Amino acid sequence: MQIELTEEQRLLRDTCREFAEKELRPNAKRWDREHRFPAEAVGKAFELGLGGVAVPSEWGGAGMDTVAYALAIEEISRGCASVGVTLSVNNSLFCDPVFKYGNDQQKERWLKPFARGEKIGCFGLTEPQAGSDAAEQRTTAVRKGDRYLVNGTKNWITNGPVANAIVMFTMTDLSKGTKGITAFVVDTDTPGFVRQKTDEKLGICASPSCTIFFDNLEVPAWQRLGAEGDGFKIAMSTLDGGRIGIAAQAIGIGRAAFEEARDYAKLRKTFDVPIAQHQAIQFMLADMATELEAARLLTLRAAAMKDQGLRHTRESAMAKLYASEAANRVADKALQIHGGMGYSKEMDVERHFRDARITEIYEGTSEIQRLVISNALLK
Amino acid sequence: MDFALTDEQQRLVETARKFTKEKIIPVAQRLDEHGTFPKEICEQAWEIGLMNAEIPQEYGGLGLSTLDHVLMAEEINYGCAGIGTTLLGNNLAAMPLILAGTEDQKKKFCGSLTEAPIFAAYACSEPDAGSDVAGMRTAVRKVGQEYVMTGQKRWITNARFASWYTVFGRIGDVRDRHKGITCFVVPRDLPGVSVGKKEDKLGQRASDTSDVLFEEVKLGKEHLVGEEGQGFKIAMKTFDRSRPWIAAGACGIMRRALDECRRYALERKAFGQAIAQFQAIQFMLAEMAMKYEATRLLMWKASWSIGQGKLDAIESSYAKAFGADSAMAVATDAVQIFGGYGYTKEYPVEKLMRDAKLLQIYEGTSQIQRMVIARNLLAQGQ
Repeated sequence: MQIELTEEQRLLRDTCREFAEKELRPNAKRWDREHRFPAEAVGKAFELGLGGVAVPSEWGGAGMDTVAYALAIEEISRGCASVGVTLSVNNSLFCDPVFKYGNDQQKERWLKPFARGEKIGCFGLTEPQAGSDAAEQRTTAVRKGDRYLVNGTKNWITNGPVANAIVMFTMTDLSKGTKGITAFVVDTDTPGFVRQKTDEKLGICASPSCTIFFDNLEVPAWQRLGAEGDGFKIAMSTLDGGRIGIAAQAIGIGRAAFEEARDYAKLRKTFDVPIAQHQAIQFMLADMATELEAARLLTLRAAAMKDQGLRHTRESAMAKLYASEAANRVADKALQIHGGMGYSKEMDVERHFRDARITEIYEGTSEIQRLVISNALLK
Repeated sequence: MDFALTDEQQRLVETARKFTKEKIIPVAQRLDEHGTFPKEICEQAWEIGLMNAEIPQEYGGLGLSTLDHVLMAEEINYGCAGIGTTLLGNNLAAMPLILAGTEDQKKKFCGSLTEAPIFAAYACSEPDAGSDVAGMRTAVRKVGQEYVMTGQKRWITNARFASWYTVFGRIGDVRDRHKGITCFVVPRDLPGVSVGKKEDKLGQRASDTSDVLFEEVKLGKEHLVGEEGQGFKIAMKTFDRSRPWIAAGACGIMRRALDECRRYALERKAFGQAIAQFQAIQFMLAEMAMKYEATRLLMWKASWSIGQGKLDAIESSYAKAFGADSAMAVATDAVQIFGGYGYTKEYPVEKLMRDAKLLQIYEGTSQIQRMVIARNLLAQGQ
């Protein structure tokens, strides 16, 4: 057993850490307050090769692996969770399925520029009535010659307001249930692709998401990803990878909160000593660090399995479940350690507390992760 | 042993519930969004007797017991904890006067709250003295028969709108810790009193939280509450009386979360059935209900004890700590039950979660409650 990063992985992690420290951390509070998508910072992150970390270089990616990707997302999210998820969606939910299921013609158009970070992708699975129950797709795609006519609604589409293309899921045969789900990749400037206003959320306010209507959207058949009926399988296997990104994002948020709490505890005095000297605070810090360490190990293990081509559904779900819940416990304790100061928007910890909450909801709620894990256990 | 409410209490609850439904719930989201102080709502609440609950009748107040008060406060907090906190602010400012003030002070200052819908604020915390009350630095110099106060108070509820403040300052050296801390009632219009920056908060955004500054403020004997050096004791006694109110905030938030979640769980479908049919959701709802019920009982017990005159700090702290921690857990689960919808501002549960967090911080953090509890427990063992 060997738990050590390669030179390349370490280098990427350190580069991302430096970038986050310089470009993201000093600005994240302002982006959050202004609900502003930091296009420029995301562009700089793309220049570092963070558009498609694990995509081979011949397809425009950085040619690294999922472990490196997880390390990068943690570092970026430590600086700004919104930028973290923007990148995670582009890598895991857009580039990954196009790389895995796309043909060369599709990859040429929808992988290269997106992995290079010249364009941004999004992922359209969730619908108003199909959140946890993703199989309940109501968006329909009806074949008309060499085209499909798509109608329906997708909501909470992260990157939706800024994306150039979407990997989206539709029903081509309602009678077949999950076997009637079909995936497409579509440019967002296609007529019939209609964006609603940006969502107002509790946190990750610099990551824009929105509802999207497909109003007689015409999609040429060659833009279908995989065969008709492959969609559910594509969605589920994509999420196995996506959950690694969200776990890493959660750890990044948790680490930011932890580090701020640790530093604050050394400065703030009560009863004549720094609060770091009170056992109540010491034990909170000990638990926070332990949980983050465990979450990181679960996440890197899932990432390593993906890199080895092993089935990692259960491991990704465990990583995502544990990391997201740990991040919330850590952020809550970090705010508590800051006391009244932590409740104020002056401190970053208030934002971490709000940002952490989403990691237990998107890309499968904690309940769905438990469902996935217990299904795997009982099979 | 009897847990039934009297007819009078029942009527009080109904009045508060109706007011909450008609006046608070429709505007709570908007006030939160813009951080707007609920002045009009407070005026209306004052009009029908939902403010200044514990001010004795001889000073024009309602003279309600703590139990009556928490029953009413739970209803208000069901609608909006930010408004709940605003209404509590006056009671908190008045409590040191009720406990230790002179007849004149009670008539003048407590009476002023009942004569018109005005606000008062309790000013104890400082930038460097939150949990550690005895570490406060606001200095009071004695000059002949007068006192001169200089200092800065932080996180003061209602500060910006208050006509007077109950302020704790220190006569003597900061190394004397709790000795020397003295309580004063300070009219807003005295020279040297000003309001500083307003906090931009995570939650309870309708409630005003601001700094109050005192610069060489000249005070007389008529402003001294209790005796010199009694301030720390007065502050602690006030907290013993006020902590059940925070448990009422917790009860309001939890009952709201439970109602919202029950309705949503019965409507929302996944995997071909209402999510209420899933054990994972059922167990969350069961936890929520247990936590609400247990908090309410702790709050009733602490409030009843206060009414019996056998106040025990430990009971108020049980109710406050258990209630605040429970409300945080319940509101967090409420967001989870609502899933993606819970994370958006379209539904009320994300606000419940933001609002709940403050309950674990103000009027003594959850950590301070545990210190109070442990200290009492260990003293009993000696």
